[in-house]
Amino acid sequence: MRRILKRHEVAADQWRLFGEDASDADPIIVPLAELRKDTEAWLTRARKGRLGVRLAPAESPESLADVLPHLALIAIEFPNVGDGRGFSYGRLLRDRLGFKGELRAVGDGVKQDKIFLLARVGFESFELPSGENATEALAALKRYDVVYQPGAPVEGIRRQRFFA
Amino acid sequence: MAALYSPSMYQYDGLDQAFVDQRVAEFRDQTRRFLAGELSEDEFKAVRLRNGLYIQRHAPMLRIAVPYGLLASRQLRMLGEVARDFDRGYGHFTTRQNLQLNWPKLESVPDILERLATVQMHSIQTSGNCIRNVTSDHLAGIAKDEIDDPRPYCEIIRQWSTHHPEFTYLPRKFKICVTASAEDRAASLTHDIGLHLKHDARGEVGFEVFVGGGLGRQPIIGQSIREFLPLPELLAYLEAILRVYNRLGRRDNIHKARIKVLVKSLGVERFREQVEAEWQASRELAPKLEAAEVDRVRAHFDPPAYETLQNIDAAAGREPEFQAWYRYNTREHKVPGYRAVFVNLKRHGENPGDVTSAQMDAVADLADRVSFGMIRVCHNQNLLLGDVRQDDLFPVWQELRALGLAMPNIGTLTDMIACPGLDFCSLANAGTLTVAKQIQQRFDDLDYLYDLGDVEIKMSGCMNACGHHHVGHIGILGVDKHGEEWYQITLGGSVNGGYTALGEVIGPSVPKNEVAATVERIVEVYRAERSDGERFIDTVRRVGIKPFKERAYATYPEAA
Repeated sequence: MRRILKRHEVAADQWRLFGEDASDADPIIVPLAELRKDTEAWLTRARKGRLGVRLAPAESPESLADVLPHLALIAIEFPNVGDGRGFSYGRLLRDRLGFKGELRAVGDGVKQDKIFLLARVGFESFELPSGENATEALAALKRYDVVYQPGAPVEGIRRQRFFA
Repeated sequence: MAALYSPSMYQYDGLDQAFVDQRVAEFRDQTRRFLAGELSEDEFKAVRLRNGLYIQRHAPMLRIAVPYGLLASRQLRMLGEVARDFDRGYGHFTTRQNLQLNWPKLESVPDILERLATVQMHSIQTSGNCIRNVTSDHLAGIAKDEIDDPRPYCEIIRQWSTHHPEFTYLPRKFKICVTASAEDRAASLTHDIGLHLKHDARGEVGFEVFVGGGLGRQPIIGQSIREFLPLPELLAYLEAILRVYNRLGRRDNIHKARIKVLVKSLGVERFREQVEAEWQASRELAPKLEAAEVDRVRAHFDPPAYETLQNIDAAAGREPEFQAWYRYNTREHKVPGYRAVFVNLKRHGENPGDVTSAQMDAVADLADRVSFGMIRVCHNQNLLLGDVRQDDLFPVWQELRALGLAMPNIGTLTDMIACPGLDFCSLANAGTLTVAKQIQQRFDDLDYLYDLGDVEIKMSGCMNACGHHHVGHIGILGVDKHGEEWYQITLGGSVNGGYTALGEVIGPSVPKNEVAATVERIVEVYRAERSDGERFIDTVRRVGIKPFKERAYATYPEAA
């Protein structure tokens, strides 16, 4: 069972990953390559239900520009401790591409020590890797109540230095 | 005189203090989780590095940030205190103006950081693949040739880059340097970003922006991508550079991950186009630098309460030893009646950059009495009292001499830069400290040193180049040859005097006990070849490396 941290709680994932079982029922998250095999068919489905797309670290968010309004979720992969490309993707999707749906951080790199920063660049849900302590991960969102940079609002921040 | 000054430097407000306190609490928890086995080596490594903690050859090493090299006396005293209470009573100042403790215990690091936070200090982002401590000119604010004081902008960059939500997991480390004089005393073109402060025609502050400098395995000199960036756009433009790098920088090979490799592979023109496009696209939602915020930070750097004085000839009629110290270890000040005084950490027999807790205490006291309670850390691993009255120079010299901090060799061959080398660092291939001592012994005659004049030796124990060997007039690089320590020698490197160049290898490497002798043969070639008053580096440039190459190995032909 995948555990998703979202809105102050950790719960079982409501989404299905493409190919993980035979039904492929909604709501479903598909890899970018799968979406592009038949974009029209997936968008038709998206209009009826809810569709999510998963981006690997080397897949740019701009490649979703044409389908963005139809997506309910974008999952961005953080494959390991160090790969931080997704931080820029979060910022771009929110600030430049105007994505309003759920932005989810997934992969082994989504650890409690990064969650605060991920939330600040616009991620609102986090798939916790196995072994990650859910209580601590929730607490990590409240680790800081002061920040220097502008960014997505995180509850509890009381002071900020620079503004957009 | 007691320490009654509010030093002319940035003082934390509630936000800054809350941030470092919360950071200490976070790291205390991370350390606890690691020691309890809840955090893997790999995960802990990522967070401890971002808090300046390395695991070294003998023990952990903690690198404490000294933002742009500026310390208040109470901060230097605290560095002495933590070195005494948690280490072996000494520390090592680095070329990036930080202080390293070589023997702290991992479990006491949170306590060290908690003490540092009480004097507005930290070790945040002094290592790891993130934006590092911003560096600057050690004469910032007092140099006669300075356009404007760069330190307020360094402080703004420090704050903006701290715990940056987007740029804390970069492909590789990222170093920013700000300078404001043509002489470039901070090696800005060897940084990932070098900012040169300028004024435009209307007198507005801005920066020329250089990118892609760096040493290490692939030394490259930074290139200009923008001639004038107006100050209000500073953070927006830095974010554009960082975003292009964060997205496109290589992550598959640690040796190709610095921004210099990206700039080189795209070509500086295409890199510039990408940055400019990114800047235009992101400007609106990028952090603005409001005039009120700039003024707030600038006000902290208002000059100290200088007295109205005349310049005097402080050396006149004094003993030759003082005159030599005055000439080599003090520098001109923009305010009449004052001079800047080096606190020399290059005494022969000592490791370059090392300083004991007792010395730190004494220098802090001295700064309170004679230099407005402030101390600067220099790129060349010395300290500096920036604002000493000329009529105080003689007693200051006497005190520094008693502390062993007045050897009159600043700017000479034995004022060399050296990384900690094999004795401490787990990356090193060869020792640097014993070689430094050999050189000090061989060049122990001050008259001979003075005759050689301005010669910069820079030495690194491995190709990571923490000792900046590529840009030494004489560069020394330790290499491992079948388990033995050998040294490769380069000539003609430079980072200051408005001239940045990489040195050229003169030939095969030499064994450890031959380094000092080889250096001597090299400078003897200079003595033979120089024209009247010509500096070492200028002779090398004029005659090329051939005569040096021919004679450096005269007695060592079998070196392979």
